[in-house]
Amino acid sequence: MAETHSLQDLRQAAVASKVFVQRDYTSGTICRFQTKFPAELESRIDKQQFEETIQTLNNLYAEAEKLGGRSYLEGCLACLTAYTIFLCMETHYEKVLKKIAKYIQEQNEKIYAPLGLLLTDPIERGLRVLEITIFEDRSIGSR
Amino acid sequence: MHLGGEEPIRECQYNQICTHNSLPIETPHTKKKIKRKWQAFPGRNKFYCNGRIMMAKQTGVFYLTMVLILVTSGLFFAFDCPFLASNLTPAIPAIGGVLFFFVMGMLLRASFSDPGVLPRATPEEAADIERQIDAANGPSGPGYRPPPRTREVTINGQTVKLKYCFTCKIFRPPRASHCSLCDNCVERFDHHCPWVGNCVGRRNYRFFYLFILSLSFLTIFIFAFVITHVILRSNRTGFLSALKDSPARYPFTEVYFFFHFVLNTCTVLEVVVCFFSVWSIVGLSGFHTYLISSNQTTNEDIKGSWSSKRGKGNYNPYSYGNFITNCCAALCGPLPPSLVDRRGFVQPDTPQPVAQTNGTSACPSNQVQSHMCAQDQCIQSTKFVLQAATNPLLHSQAVVLSGGPALQPKTPLGGPCSTLGPPQPTLPSSIPGLTCGGELMALRDSEMHCHHHLHHQHFISPEETPSPPAALPCATHLGHHIHPAQLFDPVSQDSLHEDSVRGLVKLSSV
Repeated sequence: MAETHSLQDLRQAAVASKVFVQRDYTSGTICRFQTKFPAELESRIDKQQFEETIQTLNNLYAEAEKLGGRSYLEGCLACLTAYTIFLCMETHYEKVLKKIAKYIQEQNEKIYAPLGLLLTDPIERGLRVLEITIFEDRSIGSR
Repeated sequence: MHLGGEEPIRECQYNQICTHNSLPIETPHTKKKIKRKWQAFPGRNKFYCNGRIMMAKQTGVFYLTMVLILVTSGLFFAFDCPFLASNLTPAIPAIGGVLFFFVMGMLLRASFSDPGVLPRATPEEAADIERQIDAANGPSGPGYRPPPRTREVTINGQTVKLKYCFTCKIFRPPRASHCSLCDNCVERFDHHCPWVGNCVGRRNYRFFYLFILSLSFLTIFIFAFVITHVILRSNRTGFLSALKDSPARYPFTEVYFFFHFVLNTCTVLEVVVCFFSVWSIVGLSGFHTYLISSNQTTNEDIKGSWSSKRGKGNYNPYSYGNFITNCCAALCGPLPPSLVDRRGFVQPDTPQPVAQTNGTSACPSNQVQSHMCAQDQCIQSTKFVLQAATNPLLHSQAVVLSGGPALQPKTPLGGPCSTLGPPQPTLPSSIPGLTCGGELMALRDSEMHCHHHLHHQHFISPEETPSPPAALPCATHLGHHIHPAQLFDPVSQDSLHEDSVRGLVKLSSV
């Protein structure tokens, strides 16, 4: 059955391979990741679960880059203050990126680490890829 | 502008997974020198204020811009404003002052910010992409030069080609371009502006536009009021005498003459600078207003990417339809943070091979992990075995699991052909749990890595400490897994050949 690892255990584990989920540019230059399920993860995680994670991330990035009343207001206010307002305030994008980081951490703790996987926040890869590290399976007992 | 601030503490759990716990903790005091990431930045940028300011290498013209603006404005405030304030209204210097500070603010913001540089790919990413390209291109005969690496994607009905950047080892996102002066890929690349001393891209385009727009206003403002000043003065005392007042009416004649001489020189200087600036700056503002309203970059406009001359169905897929939305999106849209972590610390690690200084040190923490993972003795020896195993595959012989390393190209290749790093997938010493398929996949992965390393003549791993005795138990375990891999020989042979051709092409292009 499914081996349970915690994030602590993963520290002792060795990296078996890495899977990279590339960006999906079909909607333009906005940040979106491909929802195609990588073959290497087939034995590890449920496809549904994975797609849900990616979709949530895509939605969060869309929220960050959304053009709407709030972003325009922020933009105009910033322009009027000659962008000095960002010395005291965080941009909307940065706030959402923090939310994304929290979401990824939570996903890692709850879902991915027990399966021997680890998601790396895309911002650490310059928003180019979503890196998934696959750890070797060191389950004790049956397999 | 950066997110790296809170990362080291929280992300410690993820990023340094197989490294920090296996090593004694090194404090900054024990290390000779902890570098910040900007010091290891691979592009040709200059950094100031400990990584807070990021500019291009050539900044001479930027200083000229600063001098021109400061001198002209300074002369205006010193010589024209007192007269205008007292004779017309004090609002003139006030408005002038506001404009001046806005111009300077926007200029500094455009010059000092990160234009939207895309960090270079980590070694694992680069390897993964290479693998995908190989798979896409398929096997080919000898002497065949592989086509340029492109990917096609359909955006809003338009087919856009994504090009592969050989320097950054990534497929460039749409609208990104590689700036040869700064040696970086920049998102939504507009142009490299020497006047601003930086590239103009996604993150600083609005500052650049507001700079040239406000500078146009400032130039016109100064020009207009200097002319007004001369006219008013001449109306009072007659035009010619405005230029040279009657000495008899005033005491301290020489001082008076000198003052007027200086005033006139300044006036002439201001008028000349403003006159030429008006035409160029106002023209440029107009051009960029057009670009913004049609949501194009200078790069695209010059190339005519979305021009209707290219074809009937050619249109700009990025445009929002109406010019108001386009303008709002460009100027008031969300400001993305910098993707380049400049002020973060480079993780203390083992000495890196020379070849890696060019290209992949943008994300040194990853390389660190990969190096440090390999320090685990058994994993290393397993890698060893894999390398040994790939040697016979190259020559299509029976697999011989020898203890010694098969490939040891130690001469690092300088220049743009940067290393991909050591082979990443490391099979564990005890493999009770993995399925055969999984192992094979990992094994194949490492083969491909090894192939690349062989052909690209790269430094494979800095810490290859031979340990044959430890390799043997692993070897025997792996033994029966090698054979199925041999079935892939013909395919791998061809891809190897293509690899070597590509490697040679790459080498020749250096």
